[in-house]
Amino acid sequence: MAQPNRTGRRAVLAAASAALLPVAQLRAQTALEQRVVIITSFSRDVTTPFVQAFERAHPGTKVEVQNRSTTAAVAFIRETRSSPPDLMWASAPDAFEVLKAGNLLAKPQIDTSGIPPRVGGGPTHDPEGHYFGFAVSGYGIMYNTRYLRANNLPVPREWADLKKPIYHGHVGISSPSRSGTTHLTVETILQGEGWEAGWAQLLEIAGNFAQVSDRSFGVPDAVNSGQYGIGIVIDFFGFSAKASGFPVEFVYPSVTTLVPANIAMVQNAPNPNAARAFIQFLLSPAGQEVLLDPKVMRLPVRPETYAKAPQGFPNPFTDASLGARVRFDNDLSEKRYELLNSLFDRLVTFRLRELTAAWKAVHEAEAALARRDNAEGRRLVAEARVKLTRVPITAEQAIDPATAGAFQPTRPNRPAGPRQAQLEEEWDRFAVANYAEARQLAERARSAR
Amino acid sequence: MSATTLPSAAARPWRARWRIEASPVQVLAALLVLAFLLAFLVVPVGRVFVVAFTGAEGGFTLVHFGDFFRTSLFIESFWNSLYVAAMSVVVASLIAVPLAVILARHRFPGAALITTLGVLPLVMPPFVGAVAMQLVFGRNGTVNLLLMDWFGFRIPLMEGLNGVIFVQALHYFPFILMNLTASLSNIDVAMEEAGQNLGAKGFTLLRTIVLPLALPGYLAGASLVFVKVFDDLATPLLLNVTNMLAPQAYLRVTSVGLGDPMGYVISVILVVVSVIAMAGAALILRGRDFATQQRGGGGLARRPLSPLGKALAWSFVIPVLLLVLAPHVGILLLSLATVWSFSPLPDGFTLAHYATVLRETPQFLTNTLLYCGLAGAIDVVIGVVIAWLVLRTKLPGRKLLDLMAMSALAVPGLVLGIGILRTYFDVKMPDGASLATSWIMLTIVYAVRRLPYALRAATAALQQVHRSLEEAAENLGAGKTTTLTRIVVPLMAGGLAAAFVTSFATAAVELSATLVLATRDVDAPLSYGIYVFMQSAAGRGPGAALGVIAVLTVAVCTYAAHRIAERERSRRMREGRATA
Repeated sequence: MAQPNRTGRRAVLAAASAALLPVAQLRAQTALEQRVVIITSFSRDVTTPFVQAFERAHPGTKVEVQNRSTTAAVAFIRETRSSPPDLMWASAPDAFEVLKAGNLLAKPQIDTSGIPPRVGGGPTHDPEGHYFGFAVSGYGIMYNTRYLRANNLPVPREWADLKKPIYHGHVGISSPSRSGTTHLTVETILQGEGWEAGWAQLLEIAGNFAQVSDRSFGVPDAVNSGQYGIGIVIDFFGFSAKASGFPVEFVYPSVTTLVPANIAMVQNAPNPNAARAFIQFLLSPAGQEVLLDPKVMRLPVRPETYAKAPQGFPNPFTDASLGARVRFDNDLSEKRYELLNSLFDRLVTFRLRELTAAWKAVHEAEAALARRDNAEGRRLVAEARVKLTRVPITAEQAIDPATAGAFQPTRPNRPAGPRQAQLEEEWDRFAVANYAEARQLAERARSAR
Repeated sequence: MSATTLPSAAARPWRARWRIEASPVQVLAALLVLAFLLAFLVVPVGRVFVVAFTGAEGGFTLVHFGDFFRTSLFIESFWNSLYVAAMSVVVASLIAVPLAVILARHRFPGAALITTLGVLPLVMPPFVGAVAMQLVFGRNGTVNLLLMDWFGFRIPLMEGLNGVIFVQALHYFPFILMNLTASLSNIDVAMEEAGQNLGAKGFTLLRTIVLPLALPGYLAGASLVFVKVFDDLATPLLLNVTNMLAPQAYLRVTSVGLGDPMGYVISVILVVVSVIAMAGAALILRGRDFATQQRGGGGLARRPLSPLGKALAWSFVIPVLLLVLAPHVGILLLSLATVWSFSPLPDGFTLAHYATVLRETPQFLTNTLLYCGLAGAIDVVIGVVIAWLVLRTKLPGRKLLDLMAMSALAVPGLVLGIGILRTYFDVKMPDGASLATSWIMLTIVYAVRRLPYALRAATAALQQVHRSLEEAAENLGAGKTTTLTRIVVPLMAGGLAAAFVTSFATAAVELSATLVLATRDVDAPLSYGIYVFMQSAAGRGPGAALGVIAVLTVAVCTYAAHRIAERERSRRMREGRATA
């Protein structure tokens, strides 16, 4: 009943505005719509200060925030093409890439003057103009001070520290396939250390994992509660937990990268002017200052905002060590994105029990060797370590379209190769066999004399 | 009986059979239920599941199913899920059967307490429940920290497959408790007396008369526990156990890409296994008769407990209640805690979180009551209709309706949510908003997802009503519909209360579909509010406060339902005495 009426009215409006085009265009640039709908994975603590500040700056426009997990947000935007939300606001750059690839993001005109085009190792905004970085985040190590004291553990500073046997069963991470932020951490380590060395380091750290969580926030949650003492997380999880009173600290290792958290306008957004205004506000000096709110705590993309930051707040524009060691290669990351997720799950997530048991055996064998050194034992342990730090494919294979393409069912024009399921089964067998053999080798080494 | 009617029925043309054995009312009822299930379950889910059967170049393929059976991780996950589901039934029975027997056969002062508190484990608010579980039972939870301090060891309560069994049994034993209690209180006291006259007493009486007669209720509960545990992913994820089927499906379906067929293949397999398990439970009951004619007695005689018996009962009830309610105590502490980190108890206490919740989000509670109350009511109605069609009519394809409704148990909430969006987003309501994201659809989705619970309870209740009671009514001139509303439904009251409570209570904490469909704060239920709070460190307290509110709400409603059922029962008993 109401439907034909509405479209009819819209048609009249369209005709009228076509007649008065120059005037209408002018109007459109100045007048904002009465509402703007934002879909976001950020918590209420983060969004509320921005929403309030924006509504103060633009009275007459109401901001509606819909909280969803990133997955649900992407699915929602995909299924609601006929009348989508206006803005997508989240951390994970991969979600924006997925939306961009599906032609679901608009290309609004946004003034980005005063914001450096690059921050940390990569571009601040999407080079094609589909999404915009409004804050940057680095990855690092969050730890529970009470937990470390109670277990007599030293404070870790570098990724390599987490390899030490003393941390066995004390470290947590979320799976890169589940968390865009962890994916970037893993990718950063691989780019910083190289494919083979990076995996060797990751698998050795993984030997100390207590858990591989299925969501990003699961890790800070567990560190806050003291379920395990150390978590590999994005910086603001650490900062905001500390600001809420939990006995936790956060450190940046030297191999880290700064990655933008983003906002984008959805294709065919019903309220384009208000949406543009919101993006513009986030990037303005006033909007950037909101990032320093203790409940938000993210690094601004405008260098001048740091003047107002509290003492000891990291500044990537002056602190050369922060995120400078790795020049993040987006192209490389993009090529092996899905493959890396699957590979990590095969080698670590789904075989964590086998992997940690094997590393425990290696640690015990090495402790025994330290007390009673012998050549045979050292040979066996070295062999076990080789088996525990190997990956089933090389760096070249990982970006070879024939292999990587098997993991990209939604991408067009992928070449025919082995199916995802076949490769995954191969890797799973590889992991199970290697971990079992390594464990046996280590157990033999312990009793070798 | 059935052996004599079957061949003659087969000999007639099916059109004639249809005409004779199904009244128009039955056909209409069946068609309405079928339309509901098709519209809100089969079609939306089918539109998502089609990926499982689509090849790389499009077109139908079974290659993904082949891959499933060639992947050792999936096979291992399959056996793990089966093992965990079966063992959970065993452990849950160990908790639930003694409780149910105490409740139904003895005069026990704590009966209302058990009935009310016995439902609460089902109400595990999302995220908050997980955090509280870890803080109480986790490897550095209260229990283990105290054990470490006092005795120097830990118990891995929440690790590995056995941890999953432990948590699942604590979580889902109410399914058995409620259905078995309803079933036990429907057994005619005359049956028990007949057993006593033949010399049986005590445990023999229980084993040979009471428990076998209560089998429909037990099986209804046990099969629900089995299927629910088999399909459940919250607990495995909470414990980070990934080598089970449901988490494997979930981890694939919910990755950002969403295009991977294997997640949907696993979902289809989950649905198939669940349906087979349900059909298996029905097969055990086939050919047996559990109904009793005499309904005036009002169930088993409740005998007083001897002092020793009383002591035994309390010494079983109290530890069990403490154990199963520990997570809820944890949530309560969490909602009052300033900071709780690596210590047996919180550092300090505050009421500030409740203030935050009441200030920011007053509408969550009323929304939850409205949506879940309606969903529970829809479930009871549809559950009774399906149970009646299956047990009391000869309508062709009636079992299919049952299985179709039960398959909702195995469909991940996210899949149903996406399917609903895909099917109904472009259907507009009169005010121009989309039907798919309106609160009406949220209510319908809750009803669909929780229908299996109500359906099993309704079926068990109807199985115990003897057909001769309906025949008596019909002889007195009552039509089928009058018989159903005036005779059958009142006799099923206890079972229906159980049906409503399970649907309502579990809908109150549904999250996965909610997260896809809820769009506006003002329309959102409690579970969404909890999710929003639990995404930040500062939101843990307020999230827990909302969790406490959810649990309390369900407790109050359960208590009310229990009181109504009890009043009904005592009324029947009085009437029974009066006629005797």
